[in-house]
This record gives sequence, structure tokens and C-alpha cells, in this order.
Amino acid sequence: MAQTGAFGDKIFRIVLLIAASSILLIVAAIFFMMVQNSLPTLERFGIGFLFGGEWKPAQEEFGALPFIYGTVVSSLIALALSVPISVGIAIFLVEQAPRYIARPIAFMVELLAAIPSVVYGLWGIFVLAPFIREYLGPFLQNYLGFVPLFQGRVTGIGMLTGGTILALMVTPIITAVVRDVLEAVPTTQREAALALGATRWETTQIVLGNAASGIAGAVVLGLGRAIGETMAVTMVIGNSPQISASLFEPANTIASLLAANFAEATDKVYLSALIEIGLVLFLVTFVVNAFAKLLIMKVAGGTNSAKHV
Amino acid sequence: MHLIKTFLITIGISLTLIGCSGQKIGDGPSTASSGSSIRLQGSGASFPKPIYEKWVNEYGKANANIKIDYQSTGSGAGQKALLAKTADFGASDDPMSDEDLKSAGAEVLHIPTVLGAVVLTYNLEAVKEPLKLSAQNVSDIYLGNIKKWNDERLKKDNPNAALPDADILPVYRADSSGTSAVFTDFLSKSVPEWKDKVGMNKQPSWITGVGVGAKGNDGVMGQVKQTPNSVGYVELTFAKANNLPTALVKNKAGEFVEASLDTVSAAAAASVASMPDDLRTQITNADGKNAYPISSYTYILVYKDQPDPTKGKAVADFLWWAIHDGEKFVKELHYAPLPSEVVKKVEGKINSMTSGGKALRQS
Amino acid sequence: MENTAANSNRRRRLVNSIMTSLTAICAVFVTGVLLLIIGYIAVRGVSSLSFQFLIDTPKPVGEGGGIGNAIVGSAIMTLLAAVIGLPVGIAAGVYLAEYGKNWFGNTVRFISDTLIGIPSIIIGIFIYTLVVVPMGRQSALAGGLALAVIMIPIVARTTEEMIKLVPNSMREGALALGAPQWRVSMNIVLPAAASGIATGAMLAIARITGETAPLLFTALNSRFYNFYLDQPMSSLTVQIFNYATGPFEVEHAMAWAATLILVATILLINILVRTLTRKRF
Repeated sequence: MAQTGAFGDKIFRIVLLIAASSILLIVAAIFFMMVQNSLPTLERFGIGFLFGGEWKPAQEEFGALPFIYGTVVSSLIALALSVPISVGIAIFLVEQAPRYIARPIAFMVELLAAIPSVVYGLWGIFVLAPFIREYLGPFLQNYLGFVPLFQGRVTGIGMLTGGTILALMVTPIITAVVRDVLEAVPTTQREAALALGATRWETTQIVLGNAASGIAGAVVLGLGRAIGETMAVTMVIGNSPQISASLFEPANTIASLLAANFAEATDKVYLSALIEIGLVLFLVTFVVNAFAKLLIMKVAGGTNSAKHV
Repeated sequence: MHLIKTFLITIGISLTLIGCSGQKIGDGPSTASSGSSIRLQGSGASFPKPIYEKWVNEYGKANANIKIDYQSTGSGAGQKALLAKTADFGASDDPMSDEDLKSAGAEVLHIPTVLGAVVLTYNLEAVKEPLKLSAQNVSDIYLGNIKKWNDERLKKDNPNAALPDADILPVYRADSSGTSAVFTDFLSKSVPEWKDKVGMNKQPSWITGVGVGAKGNDGVMGQVKQTPNSVGYVELTFAKANNLPTALVKNKAGEFVEASLDTVSAAAAASVASMPDDLRTQITNADGKNAYPISSYTYILVYKDQPDPTKGKAVADFLWWAIHDGEKFVKELHYAPLPSEVVKKVEGKINSMTSGGKALRQS
Repeated sequence: MENTAANSNRRRRLVNSIMTSLTAICAVFVTGVLLLIIGYIAVRGVSSLSFQFLIDTPKPVGEGGGIGNAIVGSAIMTLLAAVIGLPVGIAAGVYLAEYGKNWFGNTVRFISDTLIGIPSIIIGIFIYTLVVVPMGRQSALAGGLALAVIMIPIVARTTEEMIKLVPNSMREGALALGAPQWRVSMNIVLPAAASGIATGAMLAIARITGETAPLLFTALNSRFYNFYLDQPMSSLTVQIFNYATGPFEVEHAMAWAATLILVATILLINILVRTLTRKRF
């Protein structure tokens, strides 16, 4: 019995080990495949690839900057819109609302994360883009038109529409993590503050202060998601690689470029450039996610981010 | 214990599935085609998508054992699918370059199927009669030299049109596109500034900040339809099916011509005699008073020597059917049929298709 | 003096109630947007939904057509992904929970979490290079594999979490009786965590059902009902993408109807699983 037990244990452990290693293998294989396939442009353009402002496949001129710009700015718009709202919801759910209200609302916010990307894109094309073109855009131009951000053509397709859709998509993720982080702050802190005569809001401020690094982690996690989002963005951002101050102007992101152009790259250099820009996206999301995990771990003491998928 | 069993069984099943399905296209008749039905995969140009979808649908009705799938992924992707051998036939409006043909490693045939027109379609509610556009003005719009609809240069050709004081939003193709190649070929031939700054290409270097990109003829048409004051270039059938207006374009003879069956055929007629043997040709900016200047053939691309005789025969038969029986569906979708001289040349090409050296069709 | 104190007190209360209502407004706003989106999908979707639409295959524009093959395609590829992804993911999760308290476990955990965050379009490109190019065509198999890669780390991490919830006393009891570790894991720990693992698995399945980007280059699309794994296959999400970005109003209507089916399925899984288990993921 002990004999077979030990043998069984060994087999069991090996099978599990193979499964666990497969995850490492996948990531290593992705990395290896991308590096190998992007060697032609890595060698040819070097670091300059990242700072080139022109993307002209026909002339074999490949600069990733407009796509990096589009990716970063659309993600920042998303965070600017989403972070205050997400933190607000999390405070409401943890600090203020009674359970019977908090539960269904938390549930509904989570459902927002379950809606597929392509559905956000569909909604973006037919509801949000016309709304921005007809109402929000003209309104912003009327009152804030002197700011370069709000100048130019309002077509409904562009950076702002992409960023707004992204904001909706990252809100449930940021909310969920901030909620966990707030819940991890000991109740005694709140009780102490309240006992000293602090108002509800003042108590919340103290709690927020203690949860700061976890909240930062939530924001970074949201950033990671926004950077890699593909379908919804490609459907509304206008697919135009330009660096423009105006939020109404079209732009393009790395993920959206890959979705639109990967299938057609016959030329070795072009294919290599696409894969290299994909490699940039891969590395950036990898680092951003790792960073987010470290920040969240510091507060939540090891609760994982897997439940926020 | 039974968990382990389920585990092993599921792994077993998945491995069997993978094993069964790991056949290559070139491995002789595949499981899919050895039975009662043959499957063909085509992908590429979106310019002829409506007619190809119609064709494969009608052909499927007449030949229940042959299933042809056509996915419109863009001409560039069609050429790639042919080169990477991920499809049984590719499709492109822009003939393949000498360089790409060389990299194919085997002879590729260009089979013209229909003729079509690239039209400029626009979303301007107040403008009732068709706009008149010269190559110079189209070029200036896409170069960003003309920014507003009520620009003097546009007004000059359209004195009576209610052109609004609004920004123009040009829509172009973000993917690698034969439609773009035809469009930029026309502009390069007519406008030196265009030739210098952008040139002719499937994936031209658009001037930064001028317009928005969309994927496929569908995508450009969708964008124009959704966005007031926009203008885009698509195959005629897309504009017709969506009841959007198309501009009259000034041709080489100086006439403003509407895109139609007749004007596209006129453009093709001008160059039939000089068509090269491999049938790769551009017919933009054709001579003739009635010729629509942004006309084009669209091609199906196949390897002359097919890897699989069964599939190869099916491809050849379908192509034969398309240029003969398929022609009756062409006009209702606003394409123009091939001139009869070209049909003859295409017949010769189809009959030259082989598999393992053996002719696929008895001619 | 007293006056200023009272003033500052009043101000504190005011700030308090303003901030309190602001957070409530955030919550109401976002739930409102959710209801708006779902409501819009329902209204637009229902109007072009019919039985014929659910079983037909795509036809040339203007001749009707439906999403029958796309529904079947999505189901097949999701199932394939589950068949590959669940065993691997669960096994990896068991490893992490039972043997993962060392540097290797920590590495796997860390890499899993980052793999979860890697954009799915990259995984599509990966599988294209790995499977599509050597095989010579796009296929349901490639699509299913791409979805499986997305699924594995998610399932692994939820499985680990669920197993960790199993009280140690159960494990120790069995081990004390002389049972080998693997029997304890299989017969005691896994069954105890089963409902939690199943919940995680269902949520992962719901997630991959909605994926589009990894299928674009791997499964492509198809006009036909297809049951061969080595052929290109249609999916609801790719079909919605194609219909949505095109110009034809009939296709837009079909996009909304297909979206209704897709979203209803995904939300139903989510609602059922979450209300049944009353646990939060």
C-alpha cells in the first residue's frame, strides 16, 4: 500500500508538474516566437523603431510611435474617466451602502466585465459614436473649444470614443480590486476614526490613505487591460496612425493595427515589423501586469488577481 | 479515481481529434473531400465580395457536393493566403507584383472574373444631384489640400450643389487593398503631386491627419454611411446597395462620367487588344469619351499546377462556370461582364490548369 | 470662536453628504449604463430574431440568412477549448495548491497572472504561427487552441483558490489514516472543492465564448455548417464583427440579433453560476 502510494504520488506529481509547466512553456513560446519572427526589423531598425513617427509599409518605413501614442493616450483617457468612478463605486459598496443594496450593485458592475469586447464595439459604432458626434462633441467644443484637446473635426470616430469605451470596460476590473483592497483594511481603523468624531467621509479618507498602494495596483491593472484591448477599440478609433492633440481626431492602437493588418503581411519586413510591435505590446502588458500584482499584493496580503478576470 | 479516468479520456479524445485533423491540403484527397462533398476555401478582395458570395451560393445550389467558402479579407490578405497556401484560391483586384510572383515558387494564374468601378461615395444630405469631381480635386481632398466641402475648387465644378460649410472627412482603407491600388493608380496617373507624395500602392502612405481608415469595402462604406460629411472610395455595388450617391468623375477625355456597366465596359474595351498574356493589367484613366476612369478587373489567383486533383478540378470547373453561367448575376450587382475577347483568353488559362502535370479540364 | 467651530462643523457635514451622494451617483451611473446597453441590445436584437435566423447559414446580402453555423461553430470551439484547457488548467491549479509553496510554484503563479493579462490578439498571432502556417489552413482546431491558451491560466488560478479553501483538517485526517497524497487530492480535496472549481470553469467558458480577436487569424469564418476540426469555422463573435463594421442595414440588424444571443448566453451563465454559488470571483 505504501509502495503503490509512493509510486502513485510520484506519477501524480509529475502529471501536475507537466500541467503547471505548460503555462511557463506557453509564455516562453510566445516570447520566443515573437522575438524570432521580429529579428529582421529588430536588426534593421534597432531601438529607433519605437521612436519613428511614420508607418509606411509600402516604403518599408516602420515607426511605432503613432501606435504607441494612440495606445497610451486612449488608455489614459479610459483611466481618467474610469478611476474616479470606480473608486467611487467601491467606496459606496464597502463603506456606505447597506448589504442588501451593495450586493446587487456589485453584481451588476461585475456583469459589465462579462460583456464581450465586440459587443462594446457594436454599441460604440451605433450608439456612442453618434452620441459624441451629435451632442457631446459640439457641447465640448462650445464650452472648451479653446483647449487644443477639443479642437478639430467631430466625427464621432476617434480617440475620445475609443477611450470612453475602454473606460466602461475597465471600470468593473478597477472597482473589484479597489473593493477587495478596501475590505482588507481593518475595521478597527474605521471604528477608531468614528470614535474620535470623524464624519463618514473623513473616515473613508483615512481608509483610502491606508489602501493607497492597493488602489494604485488596481489602476495599473486597469491600465494593463486597456492597453491590450482590441476589438472594441478597432471598431471606433478610426484606424489612422497619427499623433494629434485633438481627442476628436482618429488614432490607432497597437492591438487594433494587428487586428486590421496582420492577416495580409506577405512581405518579410512588414510581417517582422508587425510582430515586433506585437512584441512591444506583449512586453508592456507583461510588465504592467506584474507591477500591478506587486502593488496589490502589498495591501491585500497575497489575495490574487485571478479572480478579477 | 474516476477523475483521473475522465482526465485521461478527455486528453485521449482531444489527441485523437487533433490526429484526425492534422492533414495538410497537399496530402492528397483529404477526409473532407474524399466523401460526398468537396470544400474549397477562397479568400481575398472585398471589391468583388457581393458577386462572389452570390456565385458560390448559386453554384452550391447547382452542385450540392461542392461547398465553396469565400471570405473577404482584402486583396493583400488574399495574396498572402495564396502564398502561404492557407486557401485554395486567392482573390485580388490588384495583380500580384513580379516580386511576389517570384516568391510563390510556382506559376500563379491571374483569372479575371468581372469588371468593376471604384466610385467616390459621400454622405451629404443637402446635395441632391451627383457631385462632379476631377482627379485633381479628389487628390486634393485626400492630400488634405481641400478641407471644406464649400471650397472654391469644388464649387467651380459644382456651381449648383448645396455644398455645406463643413469639414470633409475622407475615409480610406486601413488594410492592404486592391481597391486602394486601383484608386491610387488613377490618381498617380492624373496628378503629379499625388504621384510624388503618395503614389500607387495597395497600402499607400496616407497623409497623416487627413482621414480615417476602415477595413474592407464594407468598412469604408459603413464608415461613410455612419458619418455625415464623409467621402470614401468603394466598389460601385456597395454604394448602390446602400442608396448612397456616387460622384461623376472626370476622365482622360475631360468628360464627367457616371460609373455604370456601360462606362466600365468602355474603359475595358479601350485596352482589350493590348492585354498582356498573363492578363495582369490596369485599366484606369482609359481613353474614350465614355470611359469611367477608375475601372478595374478583379482577379482570382490560383496555382497553375494544383496540389490536389479533386480540388483542383473543382476550382477549374467553378471558374469556368463563373465566367459563363455566372455572368447572368453580374449585371444586377452593378459589375460589368468580361469582354468576349477576354473570356476567350481566360478559357485558355483555365484549360491550362493541371494537377501533377495532368490537365484538369478536357478542352 | 464658537461660531467658526460651528461653521467648520457644518462644512464637514456638508462635505460628508456631498461625497456620500457622489459615490452613490457613481454606482447608479454605472449600473444605469449597464442597463442601457443590455436594454438596447434586447430591443434591437428581438426585432430581427426569428427561428429561421437561428438555424440558417449566411446568404448574399438581401437574401436573408442566419447564424445557425456561427452558433454551432462557437459551441464547438468553446467545447474544444474546454476539453483541452480544463484538464490542464485544473491540474496546474492542483499543483499550485498542493505543491506550489516554493520558488517554482511562485514563478508559475506569477507567470499565470501575467498570461491572463496578455492581449488575446497576441495569442491569436501565436497560434497562427504555431498551428495555422504548418497546417496550411485556418481551422476550428487553431481557434479552439487559442481559446484554450486563454483559458488555462484562468482555470489554474481559480482552481488553486478553491482548493485552498478546503480546510486542512480534512487533508490531515486522511493523510493520518495512511492514504497517499494523490488519493487525498483526488478523493477528498478535489471533490470538496468541486463546486468552486466548476464555477470557475463556467466563468472561464463564458469569458472565451465572447472572444473575437484570437479567432480572426485562426478560425477565420465560414458560410457553412462545419463539423470538421481541420476546416475554418464560423463563430458568433467574428460574425458580429463582420456584420457590424459593414454598411448594410440588414446585416446591422443581424449583428444585433446575434449579439442578443451571445450576450444572453454569457450573462445567463454568469447570473446562474454566481447566484447558485453566492461566491464572488
